[in-house]
Amino acid sequence: MAIVRAQGLGKTYRVADKQPGLAGTLRHFVNRRERLIAAVQDVSFSIEPGEFVGFLGANGAGKTTTLKMLTGLIHPTSGTVEVAGCQPQRREADFLGQITLVMGQKQQLIWDLPPLDSLRVNAAVYGIPPEESRRRIAELAEMLELGDELRRPVRKLSLGQRMKAELLAALLHRPAVLFLDEPTLGLDVNAQARVRSFLADYNRRFGATVLLTSHYMADITALCPRVLLIHEGRLFYDGSLETLTQRLAPCREVRLELHAPLGAEAFASYGEVEAIEGREVRLLIPRERLTEQVGRLLADLAVVDLSVSDPPIEDIIGRLFHQGALA
Amino acid sequence: MGRYLTTLKVFWIASLTAELEYQANFLIELVATAGNLVGSIFVLSLFYGRGQSLGGWSWEGALVVLGVYTLLEGITSTLLQPNLSTIVAHVRTGSLDFVLLKPIDSQFWLSARTFSPWGLPGIALGAGLIGYAAWKAGATPAPLTLLGAALMLVASLMILYSLWFVLAASSIWFVKIWNATEVLRSVLVAGRFPVSAFPAGLRAFFTFIVPVAFLTTVPAEAILGRASGPWLLAGGAVAIASVVASRWFWNFALRFYTSASS
Repeated sequence: MAIVRAQGLGKTYRVADKQPGLAGTLRHFVNRRERLIAAVQDVSFSIEPGEFVGFLGANGAGKTTTLKMLTGLIHPTSGTVEVAGCQPQRREADFLGQITLVMGQKQQLIWDLPPLDSLRVNAAVYGIPPEESRRRIAELAEMLELGDELRRPVRKLSLGQRMKAELLAALLHRPAVLFLDEPTLGLDVNAQARVRSFLADYNRRFGATVLLTSHYMADITALCPRVLLIHEGRLFYDGSLETLTQRLAPCREVRLELHAPLGAEAFASYGEVEAIEGREVRLLIPRERLTEQVGRLLADLAVVDLSVSDPPIEDIIGRLFHQGALA
Repeated sequence: MGRYLTTLKVFWIASLTAELEYQANFLIELVATAGNLVGSIFVLSLFYGRGQSLGGWSWEGALVVLGVYTLLEGITSTLLQPNLSTIVAHVRTGSLDFVLLKPIDSQFWLSARTFSPWGLPGIALGAGLIGYAAWKAGATPAPLTLLGAALMLVASLMILYSLWFVLAASSIWFVKIWNATEVLRSVLVAGRFPVSAFPAGLRAFFTFIVPVAFLTTVPAEAILGRASGPWLLAGGAVAIASVVASRWFWNFALRFYTSASS
């Protein structure tokens, strides 16, 4: 039984079509022209309880719009959504008590007060008894490695500490479905890693379903066995990260270190030459011919060292978004 | 209902802890409010110089109106202004999202989230002035009078609240609404005087368009024990209608809210 289900989901925005400059503004004032922009079109997917799903897409691809429809903040123009058995846009208390949304760029903690005060407010709003809320705060604080920070005014916390406190505030009511929009945005590598391991831990411990968007591929590769890729408002891919890599990058990268430098023509029969730097060569070889070609390379050439890897996922996705069109 | 009361308690304790860091504010606010009140009484006394009166109201009666006005000002500074001014900020920064995601009525959250103690001196001075002037005017504290007065004060608060809320809520369309609430505040200054003191046209405006009459004059009449049944009924009806309208308006506005882009 899926916990998140989107069927033919679409959202169209009406935006003002306005020329720049004063003349354009005046013309727009007299003769208002509007244009329809389809931010999300015909997106369908479903997520099972306990799944950890990555949500990928370039800026403006429609990720945030989709998340907002899933959390009921905006109404879909077309299609249907069902989360935890409810229709999000009706914003029923029962639904809101089962979900949470964390946004890297927005915060809910009260700026001038310690996080504990905001947590007290959330506990009251979600109807969590004081004893229970103290227990949950202690548990989550331990998982997040938060201590004294909870007693310091939010404005005095570092970005990393603040994000961890935000997560605590967002998870106090123990939601079954987590929507995370760039939760590691702007954090340094260490803080990112800590947030990441916390999310994995939380998902395991409470069996929560997580839908995560991030610009840091490391978040996705570390956490999400399954990814949804959205491109120009349409769902382009839904499946395992591995298959996505294979589909987008049919070749693997082979790095060679040779005894003596060789010209590019010497490698033409093995694969596509990516780069030659002195004795080091990088080749791209189609997956299905990999073993055969590596065998030939080792037999034919004086190889000192050889390694095979996937091209970095950033590169693959980046190339994909740059090309614009997807084949 | 119980959850709302608990929440309200937590809301107000949290905001009090934040505000009480600044004790000096209390004294400053007290002095400012008292100074303001003395100024208003002086202006009012000018109208009563040579045996004249204002719109048929006695000096003591007019003081009751001023007392009600001061009380409302105090409540505005305590609850309305601090809460409703943040709606604009919520819309601009997109943090309204968090309010909408809470399993609690969003209008309740936005209207009751903070409690600022700095309006309390105004409330105390207003109540004191009402008591003193009503006693001077010879009003008798009969149970029925007290009940009518209490009802009309509540009605006046409901109207004032709805006016503020609707104006603040329109920031969903016009993000920079703050000036409009300032305009509202200056129109409401008219409530310092009995509505009958104004020329007929303004009187109609203050009764039917911006119901200033129901904010101060009608409660003052009730306090002085001379409110007529029809006015009490009208006051109650206007109050209920405005709260219902504010609620409807909020739900309407939310349909247009697509939250600031991120």
